[in-house]
Amino acid sequence: MPHTHTTLQWLWHELRISIPLALVISLFLSTMFREPFGRMLVYSLCIGMIIQGLIEAGRYGLAYRLRKRFPDNIGAQHNWPGWGFMAPWVVASAVVGYYAGYLLADLLTGAQRAPGAAIHSPRAPLLIFAMVFVVSFGCTYFFYARGRMAAMEAHAQAAKRTAAESQLKLLESQLEPHMLFNTLANLRVLIGTDPPRAQAMLDRLIAFLRATLEGSRSGSHPLSAEFARIADYLELMQVRMGARLRNQLELPDDLAALPVPPLLLQPLVENAIQHGLEPKIAGGRIAVAARREANMLVLSVRDSAVGLAGAPAHGSRFGTRQVRERLVTLYGASATLELVPAGDAEGGTIATVRIPLPPA
Amino acid sequence: MNASALIAEDEPLLAANLQAELARQWPELRVVACVGDGEAALQQGLALQPDLMFLDIRMPGLTGLEAAQALAEDWPDDGKPFPLIVFVTAYDQYALQAFERAAVDYVLKPVQPDRLAQTCARLRATLRQRAQPQAAAPALQAAIEQLRSLVGAAPAAPAAGALRVIQASAGNTITMVPVDEVLYFEAADKYVRVITATREHLIRTSLRELQPQLDAQRFWQIHRGTVVRCDAIVSALRDESGKLTLTLRGHADKLTVSRLYAHLFKGM
Repeated sequence: MPHTHTTLQWLWHELRISIPLALVISLFLSTMFREPFGRMLVYSLCIGMIIQGLIEAGRYGLAYRLRKRFPDNIGAQHNWPGWGFMAPWVVASAVVGYYAGYLLADLLTGAQRAPGAAIHSPRAPLLIFAMVFVVSFGCTYFFYARGRMAAMEAHAQAAKRTAAESQLKLLESQLEPHMLFNTLANLRVLIGTDPPRAQAMLDRLIAFLRATLEGSRSGSHPLSAEFARIADYLELMQVRMGARLRNQLELPDDLAALPVPPLLLQPLVENAIQHGLEPKIAGGRIAVAARREANMLVLSVRDSAVGLAGAPAHGSRFGTRQVRERLVTLYGASATLELVPAGDAEGGTIATVRIPLPPA
Repeated sequence: MNASALIAEDEPLLAANLQAELARQWPELRVVACVGDGEAALQQGLALQPDLMFLDIRMPGLTGLEAAQALAEDWPDDGKPFPLIVFVTAYDQYALQAFERAAVDYVLKPVQPDRLAQTCARLRATLRQRAQPQAAAPALQAAIEQLRSLVGAAPAAPAAGALRVIQASAGNTITMVPVDEVLYFEAADKYVRVITATREHLIRTSLRELQPQLDAQRFWQIHRGTVVRCDAIVSALRDESGKLTLTLRGHADKLTVSRLYAHLFKGM
């Protein structure tokens, strides 16, 4: 996530670590070697800044090159090229930065000394070099860890957002406004012309709405309930489409009690009507059936409509994707959804869901 | 003579209700036809030439919008004035916004008597105005302007990346036709004819599905059934009646531009 904060913020994020660190190091050196604190501060700031600048430039630069070449590299997406690149780069930055910073500090303080002679102690160069390496690696690790945490957090938030969005879309797809308002329009007419039929339609609508709203909460219901809800939906559509819609539900008695995820088939039935039958002037037939095949429960939704040309588009629609996702979450790889052209004279599309039967 | 109307609505109950409501509010109005799909709306509209047309948006065959566009393209020059169109829809955010912008009449389902009364009053006033001899001519032009802005306002399909080749299958071979070589596409029932300078192919898709995949800057729709590559056009000729005909580079076919798209061709 490159541009989540501004340059100034970024600079502050970098400096609020390195400046206090330089202060601590200067204090340590000045007490240890009895050197003036001010001079130590100039040296450690110069060296520290240049090393940090080099490391960061390398980190962003390498990550950028990596991103260009391997767009999928997760680390590079978060400006981390990996330790394999960074370890040698940190060593090189520390050495170069140490000497360059030293020269710069010499210039600033007006001193003319050989490198390493700012401190009058024989052990100092070794100690300082060790310190430079430790601090360089330490800081790099710190930035690395912080970047990873931010990335993980962003990831978690994105996942949460997608979950909420798909929940909302699920509900919206089941309570499709167009369907709802058209049904209400029909109800309004029936209230005036045929009150008993209006009541029957309203009962269907209530059952359908209740199932939809509860469906997103409860985990499963009997297959007979699933078929009853589909019958409600088809009945509502029947009032609207009249003779253009013929339907046929087939549920063998011995399968009626099997538990299934609520309204699993609903999006498939809706697809078949919306994209299969509604666009066809003559309308058509929709058949929903359940059967047992070895140890699988096979549910099929068939329409006798547009068919082949419509089928591929069918498969990519939200409804089918949503059924697939639900199957994967509930049954892993053992459940499948398949959309195929019917292939007989009547034409149309068959959507088939296979889910494993619970062990008897 | 009393005004005539056509109702196109695929849901029988709603059609009957609209008809009953109209009969109550506008007893002199004659409903000359009640059809259940867009294709029939177009045919009956052309045949009966009603004063008013109530078109449901979501209908099998053609949508209400497509039926209105086709009607505007095919409306005879010497016929009656173009019908006043009222769209009927249950729920469609995009359409409603577009209707407001284009100042198109619409009623929402379930039909509210008050709202329908307002619409009827407006329609009556417009019809009265049209009865004056000098006002009749611009009716079609005004409808075309409105429909044009509705065509432009249709929710843009996601840019799927412009198609580069057309895969046309015939028998066992699939011919790859680069879109740069296509002169024009023509709808033919459930197929689209793909015409290049040398050959002609049939592809199994509708123009409606194909068009969003084409680069709109290069491929211009000039008729509901024709999309032409603009750099393949040599000239556009306007005859005395105002009809536009296109000549193509390297092909003898002449293409007719419908009124709905005539505005694309104007000297710079």
